[in-house]
Amino acid sequence: MSTITTITQAPTVRRRNRRGQLTGWWFVLPFTLLLALVLLAPIAYTIYLSLFHSSAFFGGNEFVWFANFGQALTDPKLWDGVIRVGLFMAVQAPIMIILALAAALALDSGRLKWAPLFRIGIFLPYAIPGVVAVMIWTYMYGSQFGLVRDLSNLVGFALPNPLSNELIVPALANIQMWSFLGYNMLIFFSALQAIPRDLYEAAAIDGAGQWRMIFSVKLPQIRGAITVATVFTVIGTSQLFTEPAILRSVVPGVISSFFTPNMYAYSLGFTANQANYSATVAILAGLATIVIAGIVQRVGNGKKEAR
Amino acid sequence: MSTTLERAAKTQANRIPQPKYKTRGTIIITALMTIMLGYALVPVWWLVVNASKTNQDLFTTPGLVPGSSFALFDNIAQVFTEDGGIFVRWMGNTLLYVVLGTIGVAVVSSLAGYGAAKFKFPGRAALFVVILGALAVPGSALAVPTFLLFSQLQLTNTIWAVILPSMISPFAFFLIWVYARDAVPDEVLEAARIDGAGEFRIFSTIALRIMAPVIITVVLFAFVSNWNNYFLPYIMLNDNKLAPLTIGLAQWNASAVQIGGKTLYNIVIAGSLVTVLPIAACFLTLQRYWKSGLTTGAVK
Repeated sequence: MSTITTITQAPTVRRRNRRGQLTGWWFVLPFTLLLALVLLAPIAYTIYLSLFHSSAFFGGNEFVWFANFGQALTDPKLWDGVIRVGLFMAVQAPIMIILALAAALALDSGRLKWAPLFRIGIFLPYAIPGVVAVMIWTYMYGSQFGLVRDLSNLVGFALPNPLSNELIVPALANIQMWSFLGYNMLIFFSALQAIPRDLYEAAAIDGAGQWRMIFSVKLPQIRGAITVATVFTVIGTSQLFTEPAILRSVVPGVISSFFTPNMYAYSLGFTANQANYSATVAILAGLATIVIAGIVQRVGNGKKEAR
Repeated sequence: MSTTLERAAKTQANRIPQPKYKTRGTIIITALMTIMLGYALVPVWWLVVNASKTNQDLFTTPGLVPGSSFALFDNIAQVFTEDGGIFVRWMGNTLLYVVLGTIGVAVVSSLAGYGAAKFKFPGRAALFVVILGALAVPGSALAVPTFLLFSQLQLTNTIWAVILPSMISPFAFFLIWVYARDAVPDEVLEAARIDGAGEFRIFSTIALRIMAPVIITVVLFAFVSNWNNYFLPYIMLNDNKLAPLTIGLAQWNASAVQIGGKTLYNIVIAGSLVTVLPIAACFLTLQRYWKSGLTTGAVK
């Protein structure tokens, strides 16, 4: 692949020298300007903010080096969110990825009647906006006119309330899973469909059974897709905001303003004189996400990356 | 669509040798997939059924069966008239944000992806480093920093606070760049140059046509993420008149739950259904592109 690229690019490069080197810039300029405005500048400004401490009392802006970071790293409210999100990720992500893999393998097995129906149906929740997904589920969880009420009536005693302190995290995890299970399934299914057929034939000649085929051919072949899906899941979870923020309007007593690191950064950003600290929390949360996503990618790609 | 799928299914069936315990396995697979399908569709069914109920039916009839009266159209009419027709305004805002944001992503990323793939220019390597770095920064992690900057620039609470950030997507750039690099032949561009065509003309008449599939994929993803966006408008806007559907619905929902005095449940649920319909329709009709988009994304 790379050799082809170099060969075909050679004439273009020569051309460039004659026509002036700046034509390319006209094409990338709008993107670059926007990137600077909505990505680089916010990051730079946030880092700048995080190094200062402003106080309305005494007025002015004081340069405090990394004092805000020191404060954040010992802030129990931030740790509360980090631990919650970490647990959420450690439990929900593997369950969802495994279920999505199982569904994709079932679709790919060719033994399912009406496979397109299953594929489209399970993918459909991804089309539902997060806001609406949360509302549907909170109503269904509800004891007023939800399914929990109906089920309680059915079994004759009151079932535990999913919107209580104890069950709120699994309740949220379930909403996330409902929204993204089909999306991950489709990623895996597309990757499975792209596996070259001769691999199956070779494995069949070697006498591999169905399970052997799955574990020795299919799963190793779609390792890249599994890594990408896991990275997306990890990023989505660690940046959790929409779902708990909407649930908070329904059950404010159960979901605190620092339920996730992102919610904490948000609520600080709207508190007077806390912009500096909000910036600090946002940076730490973003960095943690990048590091975790990077580790997942490194582990997932394993040997493949070495080539 | 269905024909390609059937073909795919047939070749699938041929290529895997069928073992003896075929029927039992098939039954187990079908059963498990039926459970998953049920899990996926029961909430959708709940939404449709309950959007057709009156407030009274919501409280007195079981959630998964239709109520005693069919009030879907009354509810939808109430959705559009409640609060002086604010829902129409929210819908218009959503359309504005979605259309401008999506066109913006498509135009800006196509130009940049093509430019980076087909030209050498000073600073190109540095630009790549920045963009690849940007790929690692999750969009939602940028919301608070962007808010902090925009409030300094007095851009918050304007439509640009929502539109500008949704016009940039390092991932879209990456998809288009890879595609342009591999699929747009340099010989064709060279021939057009010899014929005297200008660079922009070559881009708009030749390159865009070749890059159409990947651009459609980018448009689809941008469309859905803009339609469903909540965090960005939530943090940037506080004027109810600028709110998109997602924010408006959440507001109604919050007042239905907290105040309790005015019963808004029926319009929250029917409004949700109205919000979901366009995006669900877009999904079902453009499925083919979803799959190709997901493959491109996953193969990277």
